[in-house]
Amino acid sequence: MIPGIGTLTQDTLWCFSQVKGTIEIGTTEADIISTVEFNHTGELLATGDKGGRVVIFQREQESKNQVHRRGEYNVYSTFQSHEPEFDYLKSLEIEEKINKIRWLPQQNAAYFLLSTNDKTVKLWKVSERDKRPEGYNLKDEEGRLRDPATITTLRVPVLRPMDLMVEATPRRVFANAHTYHINSISVNSDYETYMSADDLRINLWNFEITNQSFNIVDIKPANMEELTEVITAAEFHPHHCNTFVYSSSKGTIRLCDMRASALCDRHTKFFEEPEDPSNRSFFSEIISSISDVKFSHSGRYIMTRDYLTVKVWDLNMENRPIETYQVHDYLRSKLCSLYENDCIFDKFECVWNGSDSVIMTGSYNNFFRMFDRNTKRDVTLEASRENSKPRAILKPRKVCVGGKRRKDEISVDSLDFSKKILHTAWHPSENIIAVAATNNLYIFQDKVN
Amino acid sequence: MSQKQEEENPAEETGEEKQDTQEKEGILPERAEEAKLKAKYPSLGQKPGGSDFLMKRLQKGVWGIVSYPLSLEPKEVLRMKSVEQKYFDSGDYNMAKAKMKNKQLPSAGPDKNLVTGDHIPTPQDLPQRKSSLVTSKLAG
Repeated sequence: MIPGIGTLTQDTLWCFSQVKGTIEIGTTEADIISTVEFNHTGELLATGDKGGRVVIFQREQESKNQVHRRGEYNVYSTFQSHEPEFDYLKSLEIEEKINKIRWLPQQNAAYFLLSTNDKTVKLWKVSERDKRPEGYNLKDEEGRLRDPATITTLRVPVLRPMDLMVEATPRRVFANAHTYHINSISVNSDYETYMSADDLRINLWNFEITNQSFNIVDIKPANMEELTEVITAAEFHPHHCNTFVYSSSKGTIRLCDMRASALCDRHTKFFEEPEDPSNRSFFSEIISSISDVKFSHSGRYIMTRDYLTVKVWDLNMENRPIETYQVHDYLRSKLCSLYENDCIFDKFECVWNGSDSVIMTGSYNNFFRMFDRNTKRDVTLEASRENSKPRAILKPRKVCVGGKRRKDEISVDSLDFSKKILHTAWHPSENIIAVAATNNLYIFQDKVN
Repeated sequence: MSQKQEEENPAEETGEEKQDTQEKEGILPERAEEAKLKAKYPSLGQKPGGSDFLMKRLQKGVWGIVSYPLSLEPKEVLRMKSVEQKYFDSGDYNMAKAKMKNKQLPSAGPDKNLVTGDHIPTPQDLPQRKSSLVTSKLAG
């Protein structure tokens, strides 16, 4: 099995690699992971949580001693990105929960990432310090000031090695630009700008300028009574810096070209699958709401996640998706109770693998699903402490819908809806995945022979 | 969005209840669920995607997740789902939070031993407002 070639054939076996976090009965809410993201090389893995904290893991260099184990991820840096705030004007609490983290491509020795809560985006610089200057004239080695009268000679300070220290500093704070709650941020391929999207508006920022942003999409109606849909996710095209997409609560995707006009309220392309009116029910619009939209690495496709399915769309065809995958269709007969316990509003994300051949998304009961676009095979796996022996191969799981339940299957009624996998990430070039299960982060790799 | 009916029907057919399912064959599971919901909450509006619903969502930003007073009837709870409670000011907010905490405690008389004002609090004395100011357990 060559790592990095992403195909989900019967030969691909996923193994447990690591789990981060503690086993607790009654999770502290602050520990719930709210976002997971690999950087562009896959060397770093960042997580954000409800408590506003960011933890960055770094892959250790593969040593010659342990050929069979691919590099493990260890803590590299952790910092408090956002703090809880109170909006005194509106008398509303602003949660510190990190909604999204997006990495900037590396341009020098330091790493940069954007992290956002509901209202404020911050640019963080994570840098290493492994040398420090010694031999000051006016300070002694402990940092105490020396009496200038006692100094008789001058010396030149020299840099000496020290223990590695990783520092995170906020370099920019982009605040006060969103009336509604930010759901997405996306770095442009020009590496100079990025966008932030809330329920009704999308703003374009320049990384250097924090006191201004351009509004590029505004779907707020003049009369709020006419409000019919909200923006649920947005992303820039991976190569074309003028193109971006945004999804809506009505299950549609709009592609916009910033060259067309300053305000992209008129879309360039409109992706919508026609609905059979006879299938319509009270739940139709809720379950069609798109919770995530992602461009493929090639830039040719977009993937959308709604409550029950994942769909792949070809940018060249607007009238229907080219592929539709059922994530957990058995929930269709549970919609009433899922509405009552609010689970129907859960926002699942979806990810592509490095070669765009496999897509992955989460489900309930700590299950997550992978779909191979070429072989049309799919698999359901589980993130659980029971399968957490090193290099233990994950066994495919199956949900049985009715009738006789086989030994290894789990019935729909036994699913734990409090264990939901909303956030997952796939390494950009290898078969390494990170799966956030409430307050635990699981890392799985494919089996190395 | 349109689902093939053939995919859904096999899910409904169980070994024992063939009689029932033959009647249900024409009904989508979604419709059956809708009927269940309407039976429980007869005052439920027809379209959940209306502007009222969305506007309430905008206040919170999340579909339907809030704390609500426990004394409300189930049907009222459902309508209020997307509303975030607004507070008059920060004092009102703090009072409401304090009330929520005290709900779980049995009501007792005022603690006669409680002394107030014996010393001026410093930032070190105050309880941490949020447990998140502690390092994440992922980094442990």
